[in-house]
Amino acid sequence: MRGAGHPERDGSASVDLSALGGPGSQLRRDVVTGQPSPAALAAARSGAWVARRGRASWRAEPRSIVVTVVAGALAVAGFVVSLAVGDYPIPVAHVVDALLGRPVPGRSGYVVEEIRLPRGLVAMTSGAALALSGGIFQRVARNPLASPDIVGITAGASTAAVAVIVLWAGSSAAVAAGALVGGATTALVIYLAAYRQGVTGYRLILVGIAVGAVLTSVTSYLLVSADLYTVQRASAWLAGGLAGAGWDDVPVLVGATAVLGAAALLLSRQLRLLELDDELAATLGVRVEPARAAVLLVAVALAAIATSVVGPITFVALVAPQIARRLVRERALALVASAAVGGVLVVAADLVARRAFAPTELPAGIVTGVLGAPYLLVLLWRANRVGATG
Amino acid sequence: MSTGGRSPTVLATDRARLLGLVGALALLGLAAGASVLVGTVTVRPGDVWHAYRGWTGTDTDLVVVHLRVPRTITGLLVGVALGLAGTVIQGATRNPLADPSILGISAGAALGSVTGITVFGVTSLGGYVWFAFAGAALAGIAVHVLASAGRIGATPVKLALSGAAVSVFLGSVTAGAGIIDVDLHDRFRFWSVGSLGLADREVTTQLAPFVVAGVVLAVVSGRSLDALALGEDVARSLGQRVALARTVAATSVVLLAGAATAAVGPVAFVGLTAPHAARILVGPGHRWVLPWAAVLAAVLVLGADVVGRVVVQPRELQVGLVTAAFGAPWFVALVRRRRLAQL
Repeated sequence: MRGAGHPERDGSASVDLSALGGPGSQLRRDVVTGQPSPAALAAARSGAWVARRGRASWRAEPRSIVVTVVAGALAVAGFVVSLAVGDYPIPVAHVVDALLGRPVPGRSGYVVEEIRLPRGLVAMTSGAALALSGGIFQRVARNPLASPDIVGITAGASTAAVAVIVLWAGSSAAVAAGALVGGATTALVIYLAAYRQGVTGYRLILVGIAVGAVLTSVTSYLLVSADLYTVQRASAWLAGGLAGAGWDDVPVLVGATAVLGAAALLLSRQLRLLELDDELAATLGVRVEPARAAVLLVAVALAAIATSVVGPITFVALVAPQIARRLVRERALALVASAAVGGVLVVAADLVARRAFAPTELPAGIVTGVLGAPYLLVLLWRANRVGATG
Repeated sequence: MSTGGRSPTVLATDRARLLGLVGALALLGLAAGASVLVGTVTVRPGDVWHAYRGWTGTDTDLVVVHLRVPRTITGLLVGVALGLAGTVIQGATRNPLADPSILGISAGAALGSVTGITVFGVTSLGGYVWFAFAGAALAGIAVHVLASAGRIGATPVKLALSGAAVSVFLGSVTAGAGIIDVDLHDRFRFWSVGSLGLADREVTTQLAPFVVAGVVLAVVSGRSLDALALGEDVARSLGQRVALARTVAATSVVLLAGAATAAVGPVAFVGLTAPHAARILVGPGHRWVLPWAAVLAAVLVLGADVVGRVVVQPRELQVGLVTAAFGAPWFVALVRRRRLAQL
């Protein structure tokens, strides 16, 4: 078997999983019980590239790399296009010039640098952050439907943000901070409520749904109790969009996503093992609860930070990892591919939102909601069908 | 449906259950009385008598006749409707976590109502309630079909997830419509969480016939639900026509939950908690669970409404918010208690 190495003999926890026929994440599994079929487990994996250095090993699928590169290229292309189109159209050549720092005629330089460039960066980064978050949730919960939107984290961020707007008439920075705190607190509450000698996948989801329902009601109450102007401001935030994205948003978002993304990649081994089965993971040397808590922390932080900057952009966290998974197929964790796909999705959604009903600008969250949801339903149908026979 | 075998039913004989039901009805009477009397405008029992017997058109008379009493009656109807709908759903899907709002039916009814009001310009409840039914039916069908895909069929978790996903989808469509039509958004925000404050006499009189029809269907399906609880195969061997039973059950749910949601907006968790409380008290037989759940749900709705009116005076917490605040911890406790893989 290509790529099969030797398992560590010193009793440490780093076992080369290719000996098992590959890690569990790509296996078809039952949606409820999370068990991969024996056939899938035994299926040989081929083509994996494994890099080793001392005790550390890294594996990557060629297909995953290809998908990531293509998605990344698409994201960049979309990014450049989004810089060119708009109410003030700019030829692509000028866009490239402006990006490279060469002098550009007219106001193009200003438009590109001050308005569209930060917006594009925010779009790509928030998409990547949301997709990463969703990918981690789906693996921890062993369910393709788990995502911060459905499990109540986004609802928590939304309620806090609306509360800041309605109760304290907060500034944008205060709203963003509120959303962050709200998302994190909600995640903590859900985790604690679902904790019973550990947090199993479906308990987490179900508790999340209940908590999300309560938070949505609170948000509705806040919207009812405010005057029309405040309501419009809150509703604009709730729709989720990139309209106000500027340079002050970029450093925090990009920095946090980079750090948390790196953390996710470092934890990818634990993530892979957590996705198999709790008992199996424990036998393989993973301390299950701490690993799960750490991984969920990263996922929640990613979702909360992205939501605090761009508002609740629904379905990206749910759909992007699934798209990446389908493209990469027999793949590795596909976290990086998910992030790239997420970036493409948000950039494209923002483009559509800006231009579809020009000159009216829709919020990007509505576009992802309306377009993403039917796809979600198809995914759900397929996942339920395939999962049972896997 | 198994109660887990942990605690025996509290009321074990038919006589006890009947007496208990009378007691529960008395409690309902108290709740209704509180609903009429409590609020920012002080109303005394004498004022109610005055409004109906010696009408002189004072402010209190108006409040009683046009606000309090319709509100109370609507709360009663909505409670009964949701309690029965929840019981029937839980029985028909053998899912203890079922509730019209969790399974997306409320969101479907909401979107249907919004469509009726905006696209077709129908503004009276008697008109757009039919759109609500259509929305509720379609959403329920979609959730059930989605969750049933696969060999295992519709487990509680899959149903809950499908319901949540469909609710989010329908919610974002409704929100999108609200963005495009700002006027709709302003009207709709008062309705996006269930509120009895919107109930006036017109709503009450138009709601009643649908609830009555739904109640009749629910009662009729009671016996078949007992059989279905034993499993499809056993039910068939007992002579039960499973498909017919399910259709009757589904129709009653759509009527009850759809009409209730069209009238006052989505009220969450009532359909979940009332049947469970009823089963704890009188056991799993639907002959008793149905009336008990109806009464308990009505008490819950009226009680939540009164609490909502009192807690943040002079403003008001909508009934949907209060029921969510009480219902969610119950739901969480349920999830923690049961071993769901077996259901």
